[in-house]
Amino acid sequence: MAILEVRNIGKSFGSTEVLKNISFSLEEGRAMAIIGSSGSGKTTLLRCLNFLETPDAGTISVRGETLFDAADPATARESEIRKKRLHFGLVFQSFNLFPQYTALKNVTLASELLARERSDYKHSVRTIAKELEENAMALLDQMGLAAKAGLYPHQLSGGQQQRVAIARALALKPDVLCFDEPTSALDPELTGEVLRVIRGLAEQKTTMVIVTHEMAFARDVADTVVFMDGGLVVEQGRPEDVITNPKEERTRRFLARFTQE
Amino acid sequence: MFWTVTQSLLKGFGVSVELFILTLIFALPLGLVVAFGSMNKWKPLAFLGRGGAPGRIRRALAGFRPISALVEIVVWVIRGTPLMLQLIIIFYCPGLILGHDPWGGSEASRMTAAVVAFVINYACYFSVIYRGGIESVPVGQQEAGQVLGLTRGQIFRKITLLQVIKRIVPPMSNEIITLVKDTSLARIITVIELTFAGQAFLKSAGIWWPLLYTGAFYLVFVGLLTLIFGYIERRLSYFR
Repeated sequence: MAILEVRNIGKSFGSTEVLKNISFSLEEGRAMAIIGSSGSGKTTLLRCLNFLETPDAGTISVRGETLFDAADPATARESEIRKKRLHFGLVFQSFNLFPQYTALKNVTLASELLARERSDYKHSVRTIAKELEENAMALLDQMGLAAKAGLYPHQLSGGQQQRVAIARALALKPDVLCFDEPTSALDPELTGEVLRVIRGLAEQKTTMVIVTHEMAFARDVADTVVFMDGGLVVEQGRPEDVITNPKEERTRRFLARFTQE
Repeated sequence: MFWTVTQSLLKGFGVSVELFILTLIFALPLGLVVAFGSMNKWKPLAFLGRGGAPGRIRRALAGFRPISALVEIVVWVIRGTPLMLQLIIIFYCPGLILGHDPWGGSEASRMTAAVVAFVINYACYFSVIYRGGIESVPVGQQEAGQVLGLTRGQIFRKITLLQVIKRIVPPMSNEIITLVKDTSLARIITVIELTFAGQAFLKSAGIWWPLLYTGAFYLVFVGLLTLIFGYIERRLSYFR
């Protein structure tokens, strides 16, 4: 069974239809790349998955559980949404690290606050805090940032900040980790280190949805590629089909523009 | 003579400091309430904007935010008229309208009226500073908190608040230093504060140097505040 099932998602801002009848599914442990020009609706789709936007139509299910159904307003209630968000992680284009906390604290903050809701929290504050910190340190180490744990975001390079942001998202063990153009705000020489980390996650079978402009990366790392244009999924399939031998004229035109650059 | 002047000025200084502290105690939190009021997004007519292609008037009505509009009118009136005028109105008008003086007419009642006027006035100025601080925190900070499953309260307390404080310290220090000197306006309703006390010697005995002495009191007090604000800014300089 697919871990993520998206059915007929639609979203409009005012009279502009940004997403039209988007459907796809994703198997556990697979990585999906979403490509397309800016304004095609890729980012809005990711924001819908993370409940930062509420779709006007469609359903979102994770492991067979319907998290969101536009036909059922109860699923869009703020209190419900907060827990459902935890099925997804999101890495932003602009990192959005919390500037007043160290790299380590950025990673532990949310899990510490969530732990307070546990019934055994009062009895084992110390043990829980230690556990969370060890987990966060392991993640930072995996990102190659163990030595930077005590630094504040402004003391880190863009690539390092983005890797902290990835560790922060992983700390909550989401079912699906989403990336919104994770390297678009980085200098070219820094994109490599972030892409390497994401590649490593793919090798460890992390379920991921990656919005990206890095075509070579999408072809190498993704198991499926979705091409979006004008709010529609124009083509989806294996990367060797969509990127190397696209069937649709629109996909071909988009890719041609990319190879020219 | 010097000792007499010192005693008199110290007494006036005490009154000024009392007005200063009471204004801060009430206006700092009230300003935050006013700020949230001016940012209130409640649109009771939003339904007019849905469906079809609404015209200009319907769109304008749909976007109407009554709480925000009301608060902004109050802020406009308070910031648009002199504090001295507000002091006079608040102290004298209720008595004339009601037929009896709600302030009570004692020495302390003048101070109460002054505190009320100062709190309203400064809460409006503070609210604009708060709002600027809150709105200048990138929306991405809030979204990052949301996708990590934090509640609205946690996002405000754990993420936004300290960033807001860091941003508002410089404009707040400006406003608070202005407040020190604005306390002298309370003399218009015969609150015997520092400037009143200093001028008394000019009026009664024609001596001028107590006025310079009065200025020294303000300078020392403001100097102290400047040091405190500098310390807070340094304490918050560890992040950007």
